Amino acid sequence: MKKIAIASGKGGTGKTTVAVMLSRLLSKKFKVRLLDCDVENPDCHIFFSDAPTEKEEVCVFYPEVDTEKCNCCGRCQQVCEFNCLFVMKDRLMFFGELCHSCRGCKLVCPQGAISEGSRPVGKLFNSKVEKNLHLDYALMNVGEARATPLIEKLKKNLKSGADYAIFDSPPGASCPMAETVAGCNYAVLVAEPTPFGIYDLKIAAKVVKKLGVPCGIVINRSGGEDKIIDNFARQKKINILFRIPYSRKFSCYYSKGVIKENFFPGLADKIIKEMLRI
Amino acid sequence: MKSLVLISGKGGTGKTSITGALSVLFKNITVADCDVDAPDLHILLKPKIEEKEIFRGGKLAVIDNDKCCGCGRCRQVCSFGAVEKNFTVDRFLCQGCGVCYWNCPENAVTMLRKESGESYISRIKNGRMVHALLEPGEENSGKLVTEVKKKAEAVAVGSGSGIILIDGPPGIGCPVIASLSGVDFALVVCEPTKSGIHDMKRVIDTAAYFGVPVKVLINKYDLNPENRKKIIKYLETEKIELLAKIPFSDKFNRALKQGKTIIEYDSGCDESMQIKNAVYKIKNVLDI
Repeated sequence: MKKIAIASGKGGTGKTTVAVMLSRLLSKKFKVRLLDCDVENPDCHIFFSDAPTEKEEVCVFYPEVDTEKCNCCGRCQQVCEFNCLFVMKDRLMFFGELCHSCRGCKLVCPQGAISEGSRPVGKLFNSKVEKNLHLDYALMNVGEARATPLIEKLKKNLKSGADYAIFDSPPGASCPMAETVAGCNYAVLVAEPTPFGIYDLKIAAKVVKKLGVPCGIVINRSGGEDKIIDNFARQKKINILFRIPYSRKFSCYYSKGVIKENFFPGLADKIIKEMLRI
Repeated sequence: MKSLVLISGKGGTGKTSITGALSVLFKNITVADCDVDAPDLHILLKPKIEEKEIFRGGKLAVIDNDKCCGCGRCRQVCSFGAVEKNFTVDRFLCQGCGVCYWNCPENAVTMLRKESGESYISRIKNGRMVHALLEPGEENSGKLVTEVKKKAEAVAVGSGSGIILIDGPPGIGCPVIASLSGVDFALVVCEPTKSGIHDMKRVIDTAAYFGVPVKVLINKYDLNPENRKKIIKYLETEKIELLAKIPFSDKFNRALKQGKTIIEYDSGCDESMQIKNAVYKIKNVLDI
């Protein structure tokens, strides 16, 4: 199975459009699994009429404290790097939203007063949305801070049996994006030819390089001023895979939740060709 | 002192272009760019950096090969699978929790504080700007956002500026939560697309979860009349004020290509008038 991440740095450059279109094009010949890793704001399912329904709750570890056993020695507070545990005179206080689920407190408690508790952070959805195309996405609970446990779970659940797995990445260039791209065979960076677009593309390309994932660029809203991106690509020896023209018509279709695979027929071929080359 | 943050849930709805345009209409303003992993506001506001500070975010475990006996305890206790078979630590997977450090029988693990970005205090035409750049791929963006906001408060107090205008990050996770804390209200920039509405609702719910009041600005409002109606109906039901409606226009892009805000590019156009009107309302709401 080949894994392709669709990432960007800047938000709203067209990651979801490329991910959905590429998945649809590939599913004509291959078995495809589309993973929407933007768990804070997953949007891929909007573009399919049969949205996934199966649900599974995703939980993370949190320390369950047995107040009978706890003698307020303060060892857990000492090891907790994220300041989630505070020992008062006669009780232990826990601040859940800061917890990284490292289990440090549980491992060091000399009284064995901390056991494995679990706390829901979001839900998983997955089902077949079209012939040869399966969609998986996760929806992070509102108020949660950390997206990575859900992205990890999505990636872990990815079963073999598909020829291609397409990962739609969250925007930005911090841990959720790195978590998505890590371990992929290839990354498609979607960028727009504006000063904002090129600035964020450079940051995204750095992350992808650090992770050792080869990449190519799709220029979206291309309109004859692609020079700034062309120059960067030439300098870094990154291939430009495709140019999606600037068009109000596409934006209107997108606004209605419609992405047709026949918009840009050559897209999948170019990306596969590039992957074979690497 | 008053502060307001622009958020959107979905990326690319126009937060930065609109923050930039709003900012030039205030006197002695403090602007904070809290999109620290992909900051763009400096491209419009051209800040001159006056102070720079290295950001030390989380920690990173480092294993001393000479002391390591290869017992594998660290691999066993790590909840993130960050220790490789050869006992090196994956920089991206390590959360800096120190569980390996506390559990290593040979004391072979050291916890290093990672340099994971920089923050800046700068001068702009009509005030000050605080911004930052997270090292690509790093975590702790929420912590860096908090640092940017703290600095912005100090700068605003020091310079007698009455308002902090914050350009927020996309999403609803830790950097968004950090940028929401303590503001007078959040201005949600949304677009009338199916995904834009979906994400707008999630970010409004997030603000509500933390008790932050919201107002809404619709960008590209004429892109899809049906979806625009849905947004307006939703806002009416939820009793959320609509501050402005900005048409779908290539003008923002043309201004951006010249490195200008839309106000500087064409202060009399429809888009600029809407933004001026929004500033008038913001000043009223914040009583400044």
